[in-house]
Amino acid sequence: MTALTLNNVNKSFGNVHVLKDITLEVEEGEFVVFVGPSGCGKSTLLRVIAGLEDASSGEINIGGQQVNLVPPSKRGIAMVFQSYALYPHLSVRGNMTLALKQEKQPKSEIEGRVAKASRMLNLEPYLDRYPSELSGGQRQRVAIGRAIVREPKLFLFDEPLSNLDAALRMNTRIEIANLHRALDASMIYVTHDQTEAMTLADKIVVLRDGRVEQIGSPMELYNNPANQFVAGFLGSPSMNFLPEALVQESGQNTIGIRPEDLFLSDDGPLAARVSHVEKLGGDTNVIAKVQDHDVTARLFGQHAIAEGQELRFGYASEKAYRFDEAGQRLA
Amino acid sequence: MNKARHNPLNMVAMHGALILYTLIALFPVFVILINSFKSRRAIFREPLALPNADSFSMIGYETVMKQGDFFLYFQNSMIVTVASLSFILLFGAMAAYALSEYQFKGNLIMGLYLALGIMIPIRIGTVAILEMMVATGLVNSLWALILVYTAQGLPLAVFILSEFMRQVSDDLKNAGRIDGLSEYTIFFRLVLPLVRPAMATVAVFNMIPIWNDLWFPLILAPAEETKTLTLGSQVFIGQFVTDWNAVLSALSMAILPVLVLYVIFSRQLIRGITSGAVK
Repeated sequence: MTALTLNNVNKSFGNVHVLKDITLEVEEGEFVVFVGPSGCGKSTLLRVIAGLEDASSGEINIGGQQVNLVPPSKRGIAMVFQSYALYPHLSVRGNMTLALKQEKQPKSEIEGRVAKASRMLNLEPYLDRYPSELSGGQRQRVAIGRAIVREPKLFLFDEPLSNLDAALRMNTRIEIANLHRALDASMIYVTHDQTEAMTLADKIVVLRDGRVEQIGSPMELYNNPANQFVAGFLGSPSMNFLPEALVQESGQNTIGIRPEDLFLSDDGPLAARVSHVEKLGGDTNVIAKVQDHDVTARLFGQHAIAEGQELRFGYASEKAYRFDEAGQRLA
Repeated sequence: MNKARHNPLNMVAMHGALILYTLIALFPVFVILINSFKSRRAIFREPLALPNADSFSMIGYETVMKQGDFFLYFQNSMIVTVASLSFILLFGAMAAYALSEYQFKGNLIMGLYLALGIMIPIRIGTVAILEMMVATGLVNSLWALILVYTAQGLPLAVFILSEFMRQVSDDLKNAGRIDGLSEYTIFFRLVLPLVRPAMATVAVFNMIPIWNDLWFPLILAPAEETKTLTLGSQVFIGQFVTDWNAVLSALSMAILPVLVLYVIFSRQLIRGITSGAVK
């Protein structure tokens, strides 16, 4: 069974067309990440699924039931917000039980669910504290706990990690992945961070300007991007784009080469002048100019390369992607 | 920590300025208080002297207690102030929430219309208000005052509160919606506690003019049984003879409840500022 089906969903705010004919499916138990640059409509799409915004047209099905006119609380969803959105006047326990009390669940059931969720998230020592007495990471866990106790058909995460610092972000990312395995629930996760998308997703939906650019597993998108946008968005450092004329006699197309596919080669086709070197220990990122174009090469290991140095890069031609002028991938 | 806070010279200057301001603000109150305990002759001979064995007299308080029903006036003032404030806060907050939270046709126009009231003094409409009150039979009832004060306070309340309510996190309200709270529950349980400092501000701004008002009680409710404290104290002020003992005593007693209410609201204000924190 599918957890969520969207059929030609459109959303306009006045004259601004934010979501354009979105059609996609989320399978039961799948972890789907919506990713895209800011302003691409990914958060709006999530709010339409949650029912916080109405779709202007199109059909939304959750768990096989059309929910276009169903209020958020009856859609069988739970949402985790970027700003945590904990109720400041309720304790952690109060935050987690509020929705269940609204649903008039029996007391024993509520206690059981809270105990289970707080054990899962290590929140037991904090149940009687107030949100203002918790750290950022703890608050985020409470927000996740508040979603878990509802046992929803579909979890919605709206950039849940962007308020956390880098170290905590990585830990919480792993926690969310573990949680997905433990709960075996369907989850939709919105982020602008491609690392989060690559590491968490079963399936990535890349959005741009309110349109779905490509849907697929992380490695599918990485190895086989449909267009220049997807190719440039996924991967860090991002793919290098160079005009075809630079390496061939003629041609209007663009070629794309991933930084890790470039290597140093004395007779390589790309003559470059190094403008910056990032030495990361395990890797060395070389940022260089090929004529007027910036090129980033990711070399494995440590290299003694200095700024201003002239060198040549080579690449395997089967590792190069070709895109036409409109940005579509050429075979 | 701010460095300026630790510099002793700055500390002295800061506290000096605050103490000076406090003294200036409290001086008239102090003069009223000490003189209310003095005999009439002592008030005029040495207005700034403290009451001593010679000049001490409770005559003012005795007059106030004997003449007119001081406790009834007091009760009237209290009812009018508390009821008006409750209505201003309740309706003001609800209107502000609707204006800031919901998109509907004429939202902006409605907001401007409500804000217009800030610029037009309500007293301009006194004659019309009086006619209205006569027509509805509300003259000489406390309701006349409560309604007028509510109308007078609403524009500023809506204006201030809607600004504050725009700042309440949307995520919080949406979290409530997903958790199945009704719009009323979201308003009363989530939004109102977060704008408590603004509510206290509005309450303080409105309370004092209402408590002290002479104009509308004199015009709309001058009957003996609906007199407010301020109007009641006027009996001691004559065109030719003024019973200063009684006036000062009445004023001293009138200050007290305002002070108590103010302390309550300002504590709310401080607590609201320190405990808000959404993130």
